[in-house]
Amino acid sequence: MDFGLIAQYLANGILLGTMYALVAVGFTLFFGVLDVIKFSHGDVLMLGTFIGFTAWLGLEAIGIVNPWIQLVGVLLCSLAGTALIGAAIANWLILPLKKAPQLNTLLITLMLGTAIREAVRLFYPNGSNPKAFPALLPDASVEIGSFALRADSVILVISGLALIGALNLVINRTRLGLAIRAVAQDEETARTMGINYTLVVLATFAIGSGVAAFAGIMNGLYYNEINFGMGLILGLIGFSAAIIGGLGNLYGAILGGFLFAGLQVIGAALLPFASAYKDVFAFAVVIALMAWKPTGLIPERSSDRV
Amino acid sequence: MTDISLPQSQPSRPWISAAAVIVASGLYSWALLMAEETWQVLSLLVLAVVATGVAIKTGFVRRVERDWAASETRLNRLAFAVLIALILVLSGSHFALLMISTVLLYFVASLGLNIQFGFTGLVNFAGAAFFGAGAYTAAVLGNVLVIPPLLILLAGGLVAMAISLPLLIPIVRTTGHYAAVVTIAFGVLFRTFLEVNEILGGPQGLMVNSMKLFGWDFYNAPSLGNLEISFYLNYALLAAGLAALVFALFRRLERSWIGLHMDAVRLDETAAACFGISVKRTKILAFLLGNVILGVSGALYGMMISFIAPASFTFSDSLLLVSIVLLGGLGSPWGGAIAAAIVVLLPEKLQLLQEYRFLLFSILVMLVLLFRPEGILPRHLRNFFPNRRTDA
Repeated sequence: MDFGLIAQYLANGILLGTMYALVAVGFTLFFGVLDVIKFSHGDVLMLGTFIGFTAWLGLEAIGIVNPWIQLVGVLLCSLAGTALIGAAIANWLILPLKKAPQLNTLLITLMLGTAIREAVRLFYPNGSNPKAFPALLPDASVEIGSFALRADSVILVISGLALIGALNLVINRTRLGLAIRAVAQDEETARTMGINYTLVVLATFAIGSGVAAFAGIMNGLYYNEINFGMGLILGLIGFSAAIIGGLGNLYGAILGGFLFAGLQVIGAALLPFASAYKDVFAFAVVIALMAWKPTGLIPERSSDRV
Repeated sequence: MTDISLPQSQPSRPWISAAAVIVASGLYSWALLMAEETWQVLSLLVLAVVATGVAIKTGFVRRVERDWAASETRLNRLAFAVLIALILVLSGSHFALLMISTVLLYFVASLGLNIQFGFTGLVNFAGAAFFGAGAYTAAVLGNVLVIPPLLILLAGGLVAMAISLPLLIPIVRTTGHYAAVVTIAFGVLFRTFLEVNEILGGPQGLMVNSMKLFGWDFYNAPSLGNLEISFYLNYALLAAGLAALVFALFRRLERSWIGLHMDAVRLDETAAACFGISVKRTKILAFLLGNVILGVSGALYGMMISFIAPASFTFSDSLLLVSIVLLGGLGSPWGGAIAAAIVVLLPEKLQLLQEYRFLLFSILVMLVLLFRPEGILPRHLRNFFPNRRTDA
């Protein structure tokens, strides 16, 4: 195997890993504050990408063609819209079920995901067909031997990593982050310390959903195609990544995201005769990892009380 | 009531109200299956919703449940008889019989999931994968003629169990969401595997040979004079038999010490372990037994629809099975039967809404979870003495 091919696999893996980590971060944030899994995360991501796409159509229609302005507009609309949707879901579907068994929350969000997916398929104009997402980033590329480094992937990876870094700063260095961590540790104590619990939960869901929308836009810009089913598989992968990393831990989610991308790339590279089996390989390793480390690679600290 | 008192004067036939409910349900199912116009279906649905609401408000449901517990054997037999009568009455209609058989097989599958999930608290989001494993087994073995077809059903269950063996270690070691991801990953893995595997037909799927029992090919329609009888009658009757068998097994299991162990493990693993219950053994038993039942129902389903493809065993289908269990009420077999009927019949009967069915259905489940989270017919305390009246 020559250098160019390895570099290509590596670049692809880093891009996928960034994307998966961005999705997984949402799962782990939600689990942190509410101990719930919001399974509609992937479909909210898809909805966010469609909002961004609609914003682009709107900008085209009013005659703004500069790709950078378009990009900013698409990102603003998509992130803001998705953050609102995330907060709305938390407020009307997840908080009311706080006392119910965890399984019910998992199920209601799974159903919500189906509803969002179906709604986009049925009600978005021509929604059942894939849409061509515009290439808003420069498509120049640098040739290094047989390996072509595309400028757009570099920009995507750098901005994705920057977003993860910024999120880390928000969680660890700001008052909002302090409040989120406090609620994650102990809800009742956080309340007695004067933290507005509901507001913190809603803010967390807004942040997590916005980050996922960014991953969705990344996906669209990289593959230049979006469809109504893209959220399901991204959500599944993000969930698996958050779990193998260890729920409730930001670094676990990032580790899990890159690990899953690594597994897919290794699967594709090592099974050249059957690259279609790469997802089978990745999910099989996930199951094996769960058998080895039942609470993830970076486990949350917990003890059983009877 | 804690004090033991002599039974007060009871009506001479306490089971009569429950029997009336069974017969009414049979008539209602007949009407619903025969209804063709949209307005007929809609008015029947409104009737059902109103009747259920009134029955809950007036306490009729609770009374029927109590009467049912008091003479369970008799009423279960009556329900089976009404089911057979319904199948025979509808023997001319392909569509109605296909619907009944599908509902029955989904009901059987939901019983399997209920053992894992309602009793032991093991989440299984790969139900469709084990169901599909049974169907694929039927397809592959059906081409080998030396195997008696009835054994194929059993083989479907055994294969579903065999493919779940590698999952045992992660299932036993993980809990909660971590266990959920194991089965979700397995479900996706299974489906992707079927799609890329060319021996098993790839995305196009496989043909399944029909059931043969004692030399009788189920593809032949039974003939009786010049009555027109659908060949689905065979499958409907066999599915009814299978459902009755698995239902009896389910009830026995619930009443046995194994069922008691399962409930204890679900309610508190640590406490159960303190009382000497092997949590591992209980979970393994529940997981394997549930998957055998899923596999058997899948095998018969595959033979009935005679053509299977990976697209029928996706993550969404697993979700559908889980929704049946949750809609019906965890651990409640009759609730599961009603939920299976709703899940299968509603989209098929409302052709007008065919396009929107997944959307409507997911919204319906969300509403149920928000406003009646315990399910349609919540499970009661286990009834150790099925045919004795309690005044509590």
